[in-house]
Amino acid sequence: MGLIGEQDAAEIREQLKGMVSPVRLVHFTQELNLEYGREAKELLQDVAALSDKVSVEVYNFLLDREKVAEYGVDKVPATVVRNGQQSGIRFYGLPAGYEFTNLLDAIMSVSKGDSGLAPETKQKLAQVAEPVHLQVFVTPT
Amino acid sequence: MRLAHHFALENSLIQSDCIEATEFPDLAGRYRVFAVPKIVINDKASFEGALPEELFVDEVLKAVPSRKGPAEAQP
Repeated sequence: MGLIGEQDAAEIREQLKGMVSPVRLVHFTQELNLEYGREAKELLQDVAALSDKVSVEVYNFLLDREKVAEYGVDKVPATVVRNGQQSGIRFYGLPAGYEFTNLLDAIMSVSKGDSGLAPETKQKLAQVAEPVHLQVFVTPT
Repeated sequence: MRLAHHFALENSLIQSDCIEATEFPDLAGRYRVFAVPKIVINDKASFEGALPEELFVDEVLKAVPSRKGPAEAQP
């Protein structure tokens, strides 16, 4: 537990107990060339240590070209949250601060296979017939 | 931004990227990100600020063709 404090770790462990199916955090990095490369990888590994349903896979952005293509990753650090199927959920950058809450939320949603959205919203989203790329820009605070 | 991720879970055609703007300044510059959250839809539409679920989904439908035509045509 390097980056997550003891009290936070206990809370996160409790939250992750509600997981249903296992979740993989597929992480792409060039650790040494990135400002927060090491932190990003360690943070994910710290989260994975808090639940036996969370695992981390780490790939090198330059060397693991096949995986980079499979996941359509175009910059690093990148983290894909998935279970058996692709989920369409990616994080670019260090998921710290507010984004850390979002990461946990993504893990729980993917694990439960439930978006928690209103029925009307689900209905509207089912109408989408072409690829949609949503890019949400955020800052840690 | 949780909603975008939740949208992605609902329809496999939707890809949702959460991007830490300060770590990708070139990209943030390209999309003229001056306030967060800023949401860019298929490179062509965008809005700033957190929208409630029902308005966010309408922005998505406005930006892309849907199976039943424009969102406005819905009951």
